Amino acid sequence: MSNATAAHGHDDHHALPTGWKRYVYSTNHKDIGTMYLWFAIFAGVLGGFLSVMMRIELAQPGIQIFHGLANMVYNAGCDMAKPEDCDAGKHMYNVFVTGHALLMIFFMVMPAMIGGFGNWFVPLMIGAPDMAFPRMNNISFWLLPPALGLLIISMFVEGPPGASGAGGGWTIYPPLSTTGQPGPAMDFVILALHIAGASSILGAINFITTIFNMRAPGMTLHKMPLFVWSILVTVFLLLLSLPVLAGAITMLLTDRNFGTSFFVAAKGGDPILFQHLFWFFGHPEVYILILPGFGIISQIVSTFSKKPVFGYLGMAYAMVAIGVVGFVVWAHHMYTVGMDADTQAYFLAATMIIAVPTGVKIFSWIATMWGGSIEFKTPMLWAMGFIFLFTVGGVTGVVLANAGVDRSLHDTYYVVAHFHYVLSLGAVFAVFAAWYYWFPKMTGYMYNEFIGKLHFWVTFVGVNILFFPQHFLGLAGMPRRYIDYPEVFAGWNQVSSYGSYMSAVGVVIFLYGVFSAYAKKVPATDNPWGVGATTLEWTLSSPPPFHQFSTLPIIK
Amino acid sequence: MNLKGPIMKIANKLVGVVALLLFTGTSTAAWAALGHAEPWQMGLQDAATPVAEGIHWLHTFLMYIITAISLFVMGLMLYIIVKFNAKANPVPSKTTHNTMIEVLWTVIPILILVAIAIPSLRLLYLQRDIPVADMTIKVIGNPSWNWTYEYPDLGLNEDKTAKVTFTSYLKSKEDAAKDGVPYLLATDVPVIVPVNKTVKLIVTSDPEGIIHAWTIQSFGVKIDAIPGRLNEDWFKATKEGTYYGQCSELCGKQHAFMPIEVHVVSQPDFDAWSEKIKTASAEESRDFLFAMLKAKGQLAKN
Repeated sequence: MSNATAAHGHDDHHALPTGWKRYVYSTNHKDIGTMYLWFAIFAGVLGGFLSVMMRIELAQPGIQIFHGLANMVYNAGCDMAKPEDCDAGKHMYNVFVTGHALLMIFFMVMPAMIGGFGNWFVPLMIGAPDMAFPRMNNISFWLLPPALGLLIISMFVEGPPGASGAGGGWTIYPPLSTTGQPGPAMDFVILALHIAGASSILGAINFITTIFNMRAPGMTLHKMPLFVWSILVTVFLLLLSLPVLAGAITMLLTDRNFGTSFFVAAKGGDPILFQHLFWFFGHPEVYILILPGFGIISQIVSTFSKKPVFGYLGMAYAMVAIGVVGFVVWAHHMYTVGMDADTQAYFLAATMIIAVPTGVKIFSWIATMWGGSIEFKTPMLWAMGFIFLFTVGGVTGVVLANAGVDRSLHDTYYVVAHFHYVLSLGAVFAVFAAWYYWFPKMTGYMYNEFIGKLHFWVTFVGVNILFFPQHFLGLAGMPRRYIDYPEVFAGWNQVSSYGSYMSAVGVVIFLYGVFSAYAKKVPATDNPWGVGATTLEWTLSSPPPFHQFSTLPIIK
Repeated sequence: MNLKGPIMKIANKLVGVVALLLFTGTSTAAWAALGHAEPWQMGLQDAATPVAEGIHWLHTFLMYIITAISLFVMGLMLYIIVKFNAKANPVPSKTTHNTMIEVLWTVIPILILVAIAIPSLRLLYLQRDIPVADMTIKVIGNPSWNWTYEYPDLGLNEDKTAKVTFTSYLKSKEDAAKDGVPYLLATDVPVIVPVNKTVKLIVTSDPEGIIHAWTIQSFGVKIDAIPGRLNEDWFKATKEGTYYGQCSELCGKQHAFMPIEVHVVSQPDFDAWSEKIKTASAEESRDFLFAMLKAKGQLAKN
């Protein structure tokens, strides 16, 4: 710890960098965090645009817009009178499905939660001057724009013969992602994932080192704020799961380009091997998306209830348990691949076990609020919305865990509804909760409370109208990733699309709120939330100094 | 403090959501049909096999549990909103631990999960322990986005391939409208199986092709068709009728356009059809069977 202090004292001699150099050359965790957040907003708007296009398409049976979009973007030459003959348009829909998922997962939620809020607040909350490896922090961020660039380029180069973009879904299962789409689009997607994965692995190493070595004196692991715990568990999941994805997609790359046959059954490979590898990464990945949200919600609920978190140790180790068990449940995504009963029975049982620590978290948040003196400021509205909607998404997860019932629901809109309840209404609600909670600290400006609450209510109503009917569509048997559907599914699809438009209005309100906060510059106090905000970031100025904790805080 | 407005809004919304949840759990039968969905359907399609009946039972059982949990969480939150807002409770309590309650909210969920797991495992083994079959159908997903069916029980050629084999394509929008059958579900040549017979499916995909998934929701069957692998599944349809399904694994541009249509018919009708198809084309045999069904009033459309 004395070394850290000395190194920090030396840093003070640097002039404060300005202009583009401040960001491009940045080794400052707060500036890098800010860049991550702007990057996530950009990717989120892009991914949201793709989803609204899909909902416009699905508002009615038949093909409404994608033949026209394909003509416009790719000059596909489709007959506008016969949209069902437009192959380029149909493939383009799959490209949108794929792009929406990859953007939202790798370029919106992860950068916002881990890169953005993690970078900003892990050092502040543990009383550290910066991250352990500031230069590596810089490269972690700057790998992301090229990765996003590759993903965007992939939409404009050939995928399957005669059509542009990769349309294999975010799961990129072979052979659809190998012989099914021989063009370079899939290679661009694979390389985008490689680079984004490298960025995350470097970030994970940085966080682990920072949290283990740079805590202020007295900040024991069991005194760390739960947000730091959540990031610690998350980055361990990243560190252990991403190399598996990297291996899988490297084999995919060599199958595609160098004649190997890891996933070709006719040549001694196995397409299902890819699915096992993918989901060995993919299932921890969905916990990577939600765990930081758990931490964020714990901080906010405690702050606005003016109470410490109920059952702190239970909360911390529930996250550890979710992380550990999250590694051994992957094949519940593969109940229909033909696994035998015993294998499915194991994954069924293991998956249901995750409901226990998750239940502990839900009930502990409720117990934290119980007896509190709650102020319903904007961050608290988002947090409470999170708790209820995550519960709804969680219980449908229990339904899907049952392999027997999943037989009917696998690859239907029920699954789409489930994972949007835990991610779009879970993770994204947590991101917005964190945004409003820490916006005054990060910028020094107060957001407008009315705009924040309006944003919440429009989004809350919008996403429920959007995703709740999708449960019905899935139960009735509508498969996911469909550009067109039988007439009988028209009703709920139309309702769902209206919800999508309403959620899009929510995004506009959000962006306006950000703009107005920067324009009006209402100064924020060091601690706008009062006695409940007890973590170290609230002891600093708003915004914090460029370098904080020149004298390390002592935690008693 | 202007708290009452937003709180009432939360309350109304949550009540609505949970009412819908409840409704889904209890209304399955009233809103669904056999072999296909209905407009505004909120539950599963009706069951036509013992496996599908098992799925219905377990799903309904689960709906009661998850609705109760969601209501419970919602009730607690509403209570908190009313009782523990800053106005009603200006001094927060300092409680951060209660061992008893922490043990309870760990143990009770475990008990609930055990209660779910027992019938769930029973259903799983019913699905995956393939019984002795009365007949076998081989299903092949094709790279050109359609399904080929083989009936090896109806005779083999000299090279041991099935004599009866046909490929079933999407019925075009115009033809579907003309025949009064649902577009994107109806096929030109449907699969024909006898009622009350255990049918084993051998499901695969063209070796040069991609992964598809064959499903009929009313049968409780969904199984991937994978190049280079033979997957097994089974059903024993107990109700005659027309059953639809759609490809359920993303397979490229025509993913939404490779439907599955199965007709469950009486054993004599099946026998007549299988005699016919040994010598006639799949289309002729289909017309022959449909004419027979129509004469008996068993086929309203087509």
